[in-house]
Amino acid sequence: MVFKRPECLTKESMHYCPGCGHGIIHRLIAEVIDEDYKESKIIGVAPVGCAVFIYDYFNFDFVAAAHGRATAAATGVKRCIPDALVFSYQGDGDIAAIGTSEVIHAATRGENFTAIFVNNGVYAMTGGQMAPTTIPGQVTVSSPYGRDPKVQGYHIKLCEMLVPLDGVAFVARTSIHNLKNIEFTKKAIKRAFEVQMNNEGFSIIEVLSNCPTNWGLPPCESMKRIENEVLKYYSIGIFKDKGRGI
Amino acid sequence: MKILMKGNEAIAEAALRAGCECFFGYPITPQTELLQYMAKKLLKSGGVFIQAESEVGAINMAYGASSCGKRVMTSSSGPGISLKQEGISYLAGAQLPCVIVNIMRGGPGLGNINAAQSDYLQATKGGGHGDYKVIVLAPSSVQEAVELTMKAFDLADKYRNPVMILGDGMLGQMMEVVEFDENYQPQKVEKPWAVTGDRNREKRVTNSLYIVPEELEKHNFMLMEKYKKIKENEVMVEEYLTDDARVIFVSFGMCARIVKSAVNRLRQAGEKVGLVRPITLWPFPENELKRYASKEEVEFFIDIEMNLGQMLEDVKLSVEGKKEIHFYGRTGGIVPTIQEVVDFYYSLKK
Repeated sequence: MVFKRPECLTKESMHYCPGCGHGIIHRLIAEVIDEDYKESKIIGVAPVGCAVFIYDYFNFDFVAAAHGRATAAATGVKRCIPDALVFSYQGDGDIAAIGTSEVIHAATRGENFTAIFVNNGVYAMTGGQMAPTTIPGQVTVSSPYGRDPKVQGYHIKLCEMLVPLDGVAFVARTSIHNLKNIEFTKKAIKRAFEVQMNNEGFSIIEVLSNCPTNWGLPPCESMKRIENEVLKYYSIGIFKDKGRGI
Repeated sequence: MKILMKGNEAIAEAALRAGCECFFGYPITPQTELLQYMAKKLLKSGGVFIQAESEVGAINMAYGASSCGKRVMTSSSGPGISLKQEGISYLAGAQLPCVIVNIMRGGPGLGNINAAQSDYLQATKGGGHGDYKVIVLAPSSVQEAVELTMKAFDLADKYRNPVMILGDGMLGQMMEVVEFDENYQPQKVEKPWAVTGDRNREKRVTNSLYIVPEELEKHNFMLMEKYKKIKENEVMVEEYLTDDARVIFVSFGMCARIVKSAVNRLRQAGEKVGLVRPITLWPFPENELKRYASKEEVEFFIDIEMNLGQMLEDVKLSVEGKKEIHFYGRTGGIVPTIQEVVDFYYSLKK
């Protein structure tokens, strides 16, 4: 077996900071598409945030949405082209703050697309401000004394919020801090796409990722922080898989 | 065949006949019947209808659907249109066609649900962020609303630009006899830019992001050229009894209908008055007004609106200071009467 670049990734060099998890997650999506959906119609919905240029890195169609509105735009897209594999790719500020309403309602309606939600606990593109997913105690440029739940409230657990909704078919939280979890993330993406193509309803994968730049950590240390700190607040696993009775 | 229809429903029916395949909306008075009509028809015909969670959701669903090359409509009223402005800016930036209906109510804020023309500035001057323009059509009868709605879809596709139908609560709520052209066939427009997900061609992206300043400037200059073309080709205006008029009324939408009756009454009394009714509020009929401003026999202009003079600035810019312009407006959802308009005219003649 020859390790090579997935066919649905373009040759464009990615703009992400060194050690950022977006590159890994992009690659996982590309591998799943190459393996299972070579001939399929694919439409990605791009967010606002660090992954704003995601459409440059894949060689299929994209709709670039406004901040937080990717799940609304994806709703319009999937309803118009029901046989396409449609996924939104969103950061935590995008999907869990400004886009909370859009994602909850798309999920409630059981929209048949997949949201890939990259949670690195900060607004990275704007310079590392507190996100809704920032964990208690975490220092960011807008929570300079550490997130205090008494002052800034608690971190949002979007997956747990979505599980009870009837329109939701698949919910998983995964991580990319080591090889085992990278493999698990790929499996979850694979399953979410499969659930979508079976028309089972809304699917979402929250991927715990790193932000070496805004966490102020070398890439390897940032992966260790996921394992040692972030996982205490965000458990990983398949939370819901309607088709398999989970 | 002539049928009696409520304005909101007639607009919805016209949209369906124009090939509207997708509707995304949110209930708000006084436009809600439009959404209800679409729910009834589109859910049965295999079209896409979603009552969104918010106006923000609705306009962004429209953005997604329009990206796929469909004929798309959304509708709302003042406060809801304010929420849609973000999406309208993105539609304009990404050059996506979309028909947006605004059945205006009184403002600002929650205002009230009565007939008003409170959103003229919001509709014609942008509303959202950036250098962009929306084509704005202002019908003054239910029949005209039908015709302009059909035209709106063609204009949206032709220029890849949002088009707004700007009516007021009265237009949405009143019933009038309308006639649909049974031989009408919606235009089929090739959309080689549409995102369809097909893999056997170059990828397509609908986007409004141009991170390099030079590229965004180039994009904005290109849009400006497009808007110039729209200004040259798409101005619509009704000129009523203006040939020998010494006083020119300017009014739009349903308000212009009241002014038209006032003009008729004044003409019966021997007064040489006429009405210029902009049908396209953007592009505004500057040249037409300019022409009357240059006529020696024209003494002055009277602008009548159901707001506190939102169109007045455009009238002034067109008249270029050549003639005096007087303004009379009612606001808060109050509709001026024919008598009020006549009295205002005589008060100026004294």
